[in-house]
Amino acid sequence: MGEAIVVTSGKGGVGKTTTTANIGTALALQGKKVCLVDTDIGLRNLDVVMGLENRIIYDLVDVAEGRCRLNQALVKDKRFEELYMLPAAQTKDKTSVTPEQVKDIILELKKEYEYILIDCPAGIEHGFRNAIAGADKAIVVTTPEHAAVRDADRIIGLLEQSHVESPKLVVNRIRPGMVRSGDMLDIEDILQVLNIDLIGIVPDDELVIKAANSGEPTVMNPNSSAAIAYRNIARRILGDAVPLMQLDQKPGAFKKFKKFFGMG
Amino acid sequence: MTVKSKHVRIKGIKDGLVFLLDDKCPFEDLLSELRYKLEHSHQNILTGPIVHVDIKLGNRSVTEEDKEAVLDILKSQGNLLIRSVEALEDPEEKDTEALFMMSGMLRSGQVLHHEGNLLFLGDVNPGGTITCSGDIYILGALKGMAHAGINGNQEAIIAASLLAPTQLRIADIISRPPDEWGTRESSMEFAYLSGGAMQIDKIHNIVKLRQDLNVFKGV
Repeated sequence: MGEAIVVTSGKGGVGKTTTTANIGTALALQGKKVCLVDTDIGLRNLDVVMGLENRIIYDLVDVAEGRCRLNQALVKDKRFEELYMLPAAQTKDKTSVTPEQVKDIILELKKEYEYILIDCPAGIEHGFRNAIAGADKAIVVTTPEHAAVRDADRIIGLLEQSHVESPKLVVNRIRPGMVRSGDMLDIEDILQVLNIDLIGIVPDDELVIKAANSGEPTVMNPNSSAAIAYRNIARRILGDAVPLMQLDQKPGAFKKFKKFFGMG
Repeated sequence: MTVKSKHVRIKGIKDGLVFLLDDKCPFEDLLSELRYKLEHSHQNILTGPIVHVDIKLGNRSVTEEDKEAVLDILKSQGNLLIRSVEALEDPEEKDTEALFMMSGMLRSGQVLHHEGNLLFLGDVNPGGTITCSGDIYILGALKGMAHAGINGNQEAIIAASLLAPTQLRIADIISRPPDEWGTRESSMEFAYLSGGAMQIDKIHNIVKLRQDLNVFKGV
C-alpha cells in the first residue's frame, strides 16, 4: 500500500505545483513508483510543468464519472518508467467531483504506486477538501512573506482538524542575501509562528522558471541549487537523515534547523 | 395551544401549592406553559381563597430577570401568595473567580470563546481570535486578536507572555497596539482600561488594579 501526500499552501503562487512536480520527479529518480495527481480542476497546470500536456486523453473528472478506467487516464512520463500523472479537467470546475470520489481514486492508486503526490488548488474551499480527502500526509509550502505564512497557518489549522497526519513544511524561494540583510523573513521566524516540522528549504533559483517553461522539472538539472533542495526533500520523505542546505546564514540560526531536522 | 408537555407541575401540600418547574426545557417554553395553565386549564384551583405558593426551579440556573418573569405571571393571579422561590444561584457570579485552563495553538482563522476567565497555554497566531467574558491570560505569544470582557466588563484584563497582538479589545474599547503603544521592553505585560482608554503595564503592577489579589511580600 502506497502513501498519499498532499501538497498544499492556502495562498496561490507559492510553488505548490512546482514542488509537486519536483518532489515527484525526485522520488522517481530514486527508483520509486510515483503517481502525481492534479486536483486543480479548471486551472490545471501540473501537466504543463511536467511537459505532458499534449499526452492527455482522459482526466480526473472522466475517471470520477466513470467515462474511462483509471489506467486509461494516467499519463506516463516521457523520462521515467515508473512516473505517472493523473491530470485534472480543464473544462469543469472544482465542484464537478466530490471528496469521496477523489478518495476512491487515491485509494485505487495506492494499491499500485509507492508514492502519490496530490497537487492541491489554492484556497480552503471545495478544491482543498477534494485534495486532502485521500491523503495520508501533507506538505505545506510557504514563501518567506507574511501573507504566505498567514495562509499556511490557516491551512495547518484546517489540516490538524482533518484526518491527515501532522503536516511538514517546505519554505520555498528563500533568498539568502535578503534574509541576511533583514529584508526577508528568516526560517526561524516562520517556524516560530507555524510550529511544525521543517522538511526542506528551497532557494530562489531562476532555473526553476526556465525549467517549468520547458516542461522539464528543475530537479533533473544537477547544477541548480533548487534541484539539490528538492532531491534532499525526496530523500527525507524516504527516511534518510539529510542535513538542511547551508544558506550561508548566521551559524546560531542554523544550529536550530539542524535540531529541528533531528526531531523530524 | 395544545398542552401535552409537562414542564409545569402543580402539587398540593398541606398549607398551599408547590409549582415544580422543569429544569431541562427552554425557559421560554416554561413561561408560556405556566401562563397557559394559570389562565386556562387550572382555573378551578385558582379561583378561591388566598393560597401560599412555593416555586421550585430545580437545577436551572436563572438570573434575577428570569425569576421576576416567573413571579410576574404568578402575581397576575390575585389569590396566589408567593412564599419562596428555589433556584440555583446566578452562574455569572460563581464563575468569574474560577480560571479555566486550556492549551493548544490558535492558528489563523480559528476562534476560541470562553465564558469566564481563561488561562491559555500556547500561542495565538496572527489571524487567530480569542474572546472571553472575563480576563484572558496567555502563557505564550499573543500575536492575533484578543477580546476580554466581551459582554461589557470594563474591569477585564488581557495578559500575555509576549503581548504583540494585531488588535486588543476590552469591553467595547478597541486598540491597535503598534500605532498606539510605541516600543516597549519585551516582558510579560497586561492590558487594561483606565478612563476608557487602553493601557499597558508590566504584569507585577497588576496589584495596583486588582487590590483583592494575594500579594507575596517576602518571608
